[in-house]
Amino acid sequence: MMRVQKRKIEGSIALTFSTLAAFLGLFWLIFILGDVLVHGVKALNLDLFINDPAPAGVEGGGLKNAFVGQLLITLFATLIGVPVGVLGGTFLAEYARGRKIARVISVLADIMVSVPSIVIGTFIYAALVKPVGHFNGWAGSLALAIIMVPVVLRTTEDMLSLVPWTLREAAFALGAPYYKVITQVVYRGAATGILTGILLSIARVAGETAPLLFTSFNNSFFSVNMNQPISSLTVTIFQYAMGPYDSWHEQAWAAAFVITIFILILTITGRLIIKWRYR
Amino acid sequence: MRKLFLLLLVFAALFPYTCADAAQTINGAGATFPYPVYSAWAYDYNKVTGVQLNYQSIGSGGGVKQISSRTVDFGASDDPMRPEDITKEKLLQFPAVIGGVVPVANLANVNPGQLKLDADTLCKIFLGDIKKWSDARVTKLNGGLKLPDSEITVVYRSDGSGTTAIFTNYLAETCPAWKEKVGAGKAVKFPVGIGGKGNEGVANYVKRTANSIGYVEFAYAKQNKLDYTQLKNKAGNFVEPGFESFSDAAETGDFDAKKGFYLWLTNAPGKQSWPIAGATFIILAKEKTDANKQTVKFFDWAFNNGDTKAKDLVYVPLPKSLKDKIRAYWKANGLQ
Amino acid sequence: MPALFCCFDINKRRTMAISFKNKNPVDVIFSLLTGLASVSVILFIIGIIYVLVSESSLAMGRFGIVKFLTSAEWNPVKEDFGALTNIYGTVLTTFLSLLFAIPVAIGIAIFVTEIAPNFLKGPIGVAIELLAAIPSIIYGMWGLFTLSPIMSNYIEPFLKKVTADIPLVNILFQGTPMGIDILTASVILSIMIIPFTASISRDSFNLTPSVVKESAYAIGATQWEVVKNVVLPYSKLGVFGGVVLSLGRALGETMAVAFVLGNNHRIATSLLDAAATITVTLANEFAEADNDVYLSSLFYLALVLFVMSFITLAVAKFFLLKAERKYSR
Repeated sequence: MMRVQKRKIEGSIALTFSTLAAFLGLFWLIFILGDVLVHGVKALNLDLFINDPAPAGVEGGGLKNAFVGQLLITLFATLIGVPVGVLGGTFLAEYARGRKIARVISVLADIMVSVPSIVIGTFIYAALVKPVGHFNGWAGSLALAIIMVPVVLRTTEDMLSLVPWTLREAAFALGAPYYKVITQVVYRGAATGILTGILLSIARVAGETAPLLFTSFNNSFFSVNMNQPISSLTVTIFQYAMGPYDSWHEQAWAAAFVITIFILILTITGRLIIKWRYR
Repeated sequence: MRKLFLLLLVFAALFPYTCADAAQTINGAGATFPYPVYSAWAYDYNKVTGVQLNYQSIGSGGGVKQISSRTVDFGASDDPMRPEDITKEKLLQFPAVIGGVVPVANLANVNPGQLKLDADTLCKIFLGDIKKWSDARVTKLNGGLKLPDSEITVVYRSDGSGTTAIFTNYLAETCPAWKEKVGAGKAVKFPVGIGGKGNEGVANYVKRTANSIGYVEFAYAKQNKLDYTQLKNKAGNFVEPGFESFSDAAETGDFDAKKGFYLWLTNAPGKQSWPIAGATFIILAKEKTDANKQTVKFFDWAFNNGDTKAKDLVYVPLPKSLKDKIRAYWKANGLQ
Repeated sequence: MPALFCCFDINKRRTMAISFKNKNPVDVIFSLLTGLASVSVILFIIGIIYVLVSESSLAMGRFGIVKFLTSAEWNPVKEDFGALTNIYGTVLTTFLSLLFAIPVAIGIAIFVTEIAPNFLKGPIGVAIELLAAIPSIIYGMWGLFTLSPIMSNYIEPFLKKVTADIPLVNILFQGTPMGIDILTASVILSIMIIPFTASISRDSFNLTPSVVKESAYAIGATQWEVVKNVVLPYSKLGVFGGVVLSLGRALGETMAVAFVLGNNHRIATSLLDAAATITVTLANEFAEADNDVYLSSLFYLALVLFVMSFITLAVAKFFLLKAERKYSR
């Protein structure tokens, strides 16, 4: 009897601990999100979106330049990263399916997903900023695109693999060439999955700071010129939060709030699509 | 497929827009020391002329590097480049404004300007020899002040910084132990403490860390209401940082255009001179003629119209004689 | 050429003889295009290695490999650079964060797979996913503004007091509790990597066949004993892979630690000391390095980091693949 009791006590202690662990995880989420929410909402106002920054230490001003810059950088990163990623994933799942090269690239892409983003920033600095002669928005977009490609590539590969092979055979039987089968049958079958992958990859890069530090740099004025340094929310948050002015801190919180909400919405939408489509 | 086409169309429509120079932009980067005044000038200049002067405070080291590798239109540094380096890298250099570096502390019950230090105690604190605020060497200088029996947290600059250059130049000049153990430069190996990025970072860390001491440009200390200290100068007087003591130090300087205006203002001999004053410099790439003309135009405008703004932020505008020398220097190099 | 790209796989039933015969030119172009796109991943990797090596060649020539990796000097004035303090900071913060994160993450995985009532499984799972989605800069900023004061005012003085009389342990908590130190950075990093470890562990746990679990219950095992003796051993490969993956993530994290680490190039013995990781050094000094050797040394550091994380991630992938193969059997 003693032994059974001991086992039961040991069991309930261990299970209590794991329950506590789960709630600890929940606690951090609420703590961080709550903090961003409370500080962010307080600092949120219309000026933030329609004004450009005031000079250092002067109250007021906004972050219009950073919002627009962030959108531009992310947009172009998506325009570069998504086609390359989707096509690459197509190759792995279709033309090279089951071949060694597909497996190698797939593993390498998995590794690339987690490679330190700051290293990619240094790479782009040497490859694209130094030769051009100045920091520029394109460099930032390309750095983000490099992070994006493996993410999109892997999800595309997985999603295309989920499309039943018989579907392709049916199309082949009608005499369709492979590219037509892929673009008109396979892509259609995997569209939601690929879209989710794209959404999640945008969410992933939209919050990146490190690769932008020495590529798109920063700009205190409103600019849509991608050949020049361009402001981004994340780099601005880094500068403002590390800075000493209270007005900067407030704006950093507001920017943090906006970007967090944006990313969480993307993430949740992606999850919901998966849940709805692949239940 | 049609959607893709549409997307490409949008892309194509956006492309020229994103390449076009919507407004004229001058890109500068470097010292954080003069960032408040440059950004204030740029803000006004933009209103008057529409020209955008994008100045990013990445540190003096960065300023020198970015202009040397030609990634910006002008660099800014508080650590003047030596005449031989200017020639070697094919650069031009001139001062823009004068300011002071001040030690700032975060102590409860102490107000700005109350704490008194001399070169030796400051040096020993930054060397880690003086570990507590209650150390006799500190309390001796501060008769009436109640200092806590707490450990001192030193805050320094982690990035290549002209503020550090001016500060360490002063310590190396006045304190042999510092010269021997650490030396002077834009980025030195500090024996103790934590490193903040930029004047902003140091100000922020000092503000958030009790019983800390750091060094920042005076405008940062003032705007953030940090407890700046008094210092004993070369003449043996305790002086408060401020416009008067900075200009007193500035007046002792004799800038020489032939040397790219290379000059230190630390440990100035004047009676009321602030001992850690310094000029901050603009560096141009010789061959970037068009960009240089734009930059020079901006600084010419600032020299004519920016003095009040600079004074508001407790920088010392350059004396008129020096401004004339700089204008002559611009003309000599075909920039004006 | 298109035939080369084409695909037939003996293991997986279907063959693609069709496109052998079919030499539709569009198909050829499309296959080449997709091939090129996927090879871009390899090109990126080769490009990164090539650029980093060529940019760091100056520092490599000056400091060599062994000396660079073992020198604790990081002195821009004397132009003498070594990676040791940075590697030390990286390894230490990563190790500590794993130490904090692994028990919590596995606890979460156990809770979600074994204990939680169904109505809680969803929300907690979503919460963990969201925690993973928050950008690292938000973690960093929150760390500086919210966590760091809590650490310096409450937690660190408490730890100092508790450990004051324990020899050796008290060394770990020497110095002023300022909240900008190794401990705070590790805590933030651990919160960041909990979701990675937890979700991979959860997926591995879920793969334990319920037949095996049920047989353990049938012979009278308690819930915890089932977890300990059946689920954990069964999924240890996957969990291990997840842990190594988190390790790789933590090695390369920049923004979450940049705010609260204090940028100090020293071998710190106390957890309350400031330190520098490779990533933080790069973020702070890269745009600012003012001479060639300095910049080259920073590229060298980036190369070291790239190699470190690449190897770690490859190991993680190896275990995860092995686990996958084991389960799918």
